[in-house]
Amino acid sequence: MTTHADRVTEPTPVEGTKARQSLGSRLVEGLGGGLVRVFLIIVGLFWLVPTIGLLISSLRPPKEMTAGGWWEVFSKPSQLTFESYDKLLQNSDITNSLVNTVLITVPATILVVLIGALAGYAFAWMEFPGRDWWFLGVVGLLVVPVQVALIPIAELFGELGLFGSVLGVVLFHTGFGLPFAVFLLRNFFAEIPRELLEAARLDGAGELRLFLKVVMPLGGPAIASLGIFQFLWVWNDMLIALVFSDSGSQPITVALQTQVRQFGNNIDVLAPGAFISMVIPLAVFFAFQRQFVSGVMAGAVK
Amino acid sequence: MTTATAAGGAPPPAAPKSRKSVTGTRKTVAALFLLPALVLLGALVVYPIGYSVVRSFYDQTGDGFAGFDNYEALFTDDGIRTALKNNVIWVVFAPTVATALGLIFAVLTERVRWGTAFKLIVFMPMAISMLAAGIIFRLVYDQDPDKGVANAVWVGVHDTFAESSAFPKAHPGRDSPLVARQGDFVTKATVSTGDTVLLPLVGVAPDQMPGDAKPAVAPRGDPGKITGTTWQDFTRGKGVGNLGAPDPSELGYPGMKVEAVKDGRVVASTKAAADGTFTLPAAADGAQLRLPADNFKEPYNGLDWLGPSLVTPAIIGSYIWMWAGFAMVLIAAGLAGMPRELLEAARVDGANEWQVFRRVTVPLLAPVLAVVTVTLMINVLKVFDLVFIIAPGSSQDDANVLALELYRKGFSEDQPGVASAISVFLLLLVIPVMCFNIRRLRREVRR
Repeated sequence: MTTHADRVTEPTPVEGTKARQSLGSRLVEGLGGGLVRVFLIIVGLFWLVPTIGLLISSLRPPKEMTAGGWWEVFSKPSQLTFESYDKLLQNSDITNSLVNTVLITVPATILVVLIGALAGYAFAWMEFPGRDWWFLGVVGLLVVPVQVALIPIAELFGELGLFGSVLGVVLFHTGFGLPFAVFLLRNFFAEIPRELLEAARLDGAGELRLFLKVVMPLGGPAIASLGIFQFLWVWNDMLIALVFSDSGSQPITVALQTQVRQFGNNIDVLAPGAFISMVIPLAVFFAFQRQFVSGVMAGAVK
Repeated sequence: MTTATAAGGAPPPAAPKSRKSVTGTRKTVAALFLLPALVLLGALVVYPIGYSVVRSFYDQTGDGFAGFDNYEALFTDDGIRTALKNNVIWVVFAPTVATALGLIFAVLTERVRWGTAFKLIVFMPMAISMLAAGIIFRLVYDQDPDKGVANAVWVGVHDTFAESSAFPKAHPGRDSPLVARQGDFVTKATVSTGDTVLLPLVGVAPDQMPGDAKPAVAPRGDPGKITGTTWQDFTRGKGVGNLGAPDPSELGYPGMKVEAVKDGRVVASTKAAADGTFTLPAAADGAQLRLPADNFKEPYNGLDWLGPSLVTPAIIGSYIWMWAGFAMVLIAAGLAGMPRELLEAARVDGANEWQVFRRVTVPLLAPVLAVVTVTLMINVLKVFDLVFIIAPGSSQDDANVLALELYRKGFSEDQPGVASAISVFLLLLVIPVMCFNIRRLRREVRR
């Protein structure tokens, strides 16, 4: 990343070539630039309007919603109200499911980072027979579709009494988060300068101390990317929770999903509900753009 | 993040120096570090793969061996066949369109100062859940042009180019001089020059009346011409207003088309003014007056986005909305790493922007484009949430995809055997990528 960035800032001989261009081609280029701008603005609107539509819909009273499109607020801004949000947050199904989303997402993220880091460190710096083969095996699991595990794990959880529990959903997410975690962290830890580890060793640090005091702090950037990626992955998941949670342990995505069947009648639940479920991911996105981008880029294979 | 990692491959080659344990660890310590990960992976990822493969050869109750019956169902079951067909459409179109858009956006954003803001907007949907995106697009694709923005825009464009009718449901009232004929309304009698004609109708809902309609006035009369009025002959309330005569409380039909028909040919035509009055030339003498049917068509209601025929393209559209940003950011990173001198050299040699793009940029970016497309293909194979949420119950069968069919077969139709066969099929499709990842990584690990 850094090397690319350096290259962009390198001065390029643009000025020289510009001067040599004919007036005509410069005119064409200016016109082209104008068109590019218009095109990009239109595309940007295309990308923004759907989300704005949801936001405004969530802020209109339900009776107005059946009467006309959300764009009417531009002529009648007095329509805007938090009525739907008020009602939604008094709905215990929704508030419970929001709590469940947190109860699922936070442990599933911490577990993946922690267990992945332990294994990543072992694969990077410990010696044991077949180390590279084991690692390649884990990497092979990167692209396994979660769908393969739905039925077997549903039966397994049924036998273990985990079906319908928050713990079951957390475990499933942890299992399927691990290949990517191990892969990313092993590669990052392998880049740690050997001298640093040796120095710590000479100071008398044991394996666990080395891991906690040297490797984990140095792995900060990779751990941040992984943590953000995993957090959003679990937060946004619907399929896994749909299969493994019940009405008491369902996260917000599943709770809203049950409402979609009567789409149109209960837009006053769906629109604010969807927006509330988006607030945390969007906040993470805007706060940690760089880590977010690198996490999503690296983890998109899932 | 470099592009290599996106395909699940390795980041730039790992340090070649030997990474022997610095601590001379005992194997038991290594095992302890690995144990949690390996146990979870074994129980939750590896075991299910084996289980699914075995399960796919047993019947639905799991008691009897079924051979390849479940796999046969992949190609005979109607639901699965639709799903397969749709998955092919998805895999062909969604990744290519998303990558193409990503390429265009990445190249163009380099030329504007607010490129970063643009990228932020296009990349933002990556942060939200497919459920939220699904709800967003359920709203966008709402059939009613007064609710769904897609149809609102579409109808707007359509009505700009095609004439819209202003008076749906208008029809002659009691004792009307007009009769219905194949959707048109025609006067019973012929008109002659100097006549004044009244063409009253009823039935247009007050909120459907054009905004520019003015109170109807009686025709002025002109000895050399035919004059008339066409208006909504209805005043709310019993016994209010004269039947068959324009009252100040009644509105004219602005823009109503009036034709004079003689021997089956239109000899003159005009449109009514805001107060409903119209004038026809002497040529209309002896003709019948006709209000043609296109005055009364139902208004155009736009496309049925989520109906059986458009539902898959519509959902693919929402997927592209989510993932074009991903392609764009990866391609932009590739673009930033490209040797600028090559582009400049081509420009100096007189290549125009299109040629530079076509002959230099795209070939240099080919590896990145391939990685992006393949990554999206794997992703698209497993698409579930968007289809599940956006496709309404009535057209969900038409929008079916493999992951959705697997969920249905496994969890609502109680056919775990067939569902397992679908999951093994999905797994087989990604195995080439799995091998590719392992092969590439092996070279780096082995150094």
